[in-house]
Amino acid sequence: MSSVVLPRAEPIRPAKPPRKALSTWQVWGIVLIAPYLLVFAVFVLYPVSYGLWLARHPASYVTLFDDPVFFRTVVNTIFFLLIAVNLKFVLALFLSGFFVHEKTWIRWLSVIFIIPWAVPAIPTIFSIRFMLNPEWGVINSLLFRWFQVDGPNWLTNPQLAMAMAIVVHIWKALPFWTLILMAGRLSIPKELYEAASVDGASGWQKFKFVTWPSIRTLYITSTLLSLIWTLGDFNSVYLLTGGQPADQTHVLATLGIRYIRLDQLDQAMATIVVALPFVLPMVYFMMKRLSGDEQQKSS
Amino acid sequence: MNSRNLLREARLWLVGIPVLLWTLIPIYHIFLFSISTKDSAFSGRLWPEHPTLRNFGIVFREDHFYLHHFWSQIWNSLWIAVATGVITLAVATCAAFSISRLRVKGGRAVMNAALFTYFIPAAFLAVPMYKAMGSYGLLNNRWSLVLAMVTLAAPYAIWVLKQASDKLPWELDEAARIDGATPAQLFGLVYLPLMVPSLVAIFTYALLLAWNEYLYAFLLLSHENTIPLAVGLGHFLASDDSPWEILMATALIYGLPPAAIYYAFRRYMVGGLTAGAVKS
Repeated sequence: MSSVVLPRAEPIRPAKPPRKALSTWQVWGIVLIAPYLLVFAVFVLYPVSYGLWLARHPASYVTLFDDPVFFRTVVNTIFFLLIAVNLKFVLALFLSGFFVHEKTWIRWLSVIFIIPWAVPAIPTIFSIRFMLNPEWGVINSLLFRWFQVDGPNWLTNPQLAMAMAIVVHIWKALPFWTLILMAGRLSIPKELYEAASVDGASGWQKFKFVTWPSIRTLYITSTLLSLIWTLGDFNSVYLLTGGQPADQTHVLATLGIRYIRLDQLDQAMATIVVALPFVLPMVYFMMKRLSGDEQQKSS
Repeated sequence: MNSRNLLREARLWLVGIPVLLWTLIPIYHIFLFSISTKDSAFSGRLWPEHPTLRNFGIVFREDHFYLHHFWSQIWNSLWIAVATGVITLAVATCAAFSISRLRVKGGRAVMNAALFTYFIPAAFLAVPMYKAMGSYGLLNNRWSLVLAMVTLAAPYAIWVLKQASDKLPWELDEAARIDGATPAQLFGLVYLPLMVPSLVAIFTYALLLAWNEYLYAFLLLSHENTIPLAVGLGHFLASDDSPWEILMATALIYGLPPAAIYYAFRRYMVGGLTAGAVKS
């Protein structure tokens, strides 16, 4: 009965002898995995299939491409991804080198540094939103008090607002990736650095010939994973700008939700289908990577 | 030699101080507003002239238009978070035991399906999920958010628990089988006690994920009696002249519990799947 909800064909396992009948242990195995299969079937498989079916009309895509908001959103999304992800990782790479120093105050700083990742998104994004308010916000108040200049309209100028969304995203996600890269740096054997010092290598040369070759794979995989997650970052944009002014600061993640709010569900699904040729290869790559690790371990 | 060390130290402080300010300013801004009166909140001072706890009193007494349902919202948040934690833990533990210890046929395919769910951006899954919840008749029912959060939390949970249970020695299972243990006894008497640290971590993870969630909460729940505090906070932005100092006090109350829990279980919370996923 549970084979009905199995999402994929069962894989072939040549290593094991074929079983004749289901043993008690296999029956228990099926019973215990059934709840998750049910969750997957009811809340992933069915919704996704139904959504794709809703998105089958070419007319949805014509309407979508004719919507000026859509073109703007695609441009925003590309800029958001390219700048936010790369800037975040260059900073994380640099800061991971800072946080590996074995000093007490740096260890305490790393505990504080993780706060943005540990707290929920809403309070801090609202806080930044208030700081950026052009009339009452603390940033423009201080600009006026110190330099007698009127600060810019941070969130009503579309370009500036997107830039601020990138800042919010980096503020929130930087600690996590810094810790990941830090773990990568800490796993490099110390002898390599000692040998490099004996040979008279400079700091830059140590980075180029020891650190970077050791963490390059980690850096690239992390960047890809972060690219997928940044594409789905709804909070940093929506809670900061709400897509305003005039729907000029949407990214794909918020545009889909905007169409839902406008009760245009076919458009919402079409928005997501448009992104799939970009998302699925990355998801496939990440899944393959994890499965690859599995095989190495079990063999 | 000594002056070179000093220069090194100075360079570290040159990085450390901006990092500290960058991290703390938005947090301090919340705190500052929450202890300021309405007039002094906008004065641009670093410390209010007359710090006050009045704002928190207003929140606890639900003494403002946006706060009429504060206690019911916090109750909803708690209820949704605990339910998500319990169900995720139950579903994921059973699945991980089945895949890892019972070597169920097709376990690998199930693991792939779970990973697929994990990597698809949650904001993308939200659109079809919203539609499906509508057709199940669950919109505006707190269960819809709980089930959605279980769907999002379970893949990571199964992955972490499977990694942890793969590390348990096989001899344990063999010994139990030779002694004639049933699968249920192996699960309850051998497996679960050994997995306690990972189970605590997964429960915490799912709990925090559900408490912090905004997007799914505001899509699936809109009725006053069902919304969690996250959505209630979002309502403050409905008008331009929102009482910031009260919003920030509420936001602080909302943000403190998950932060405290995060720090209490910090050593479990980073790493896990991502460390596994990005391992070179």
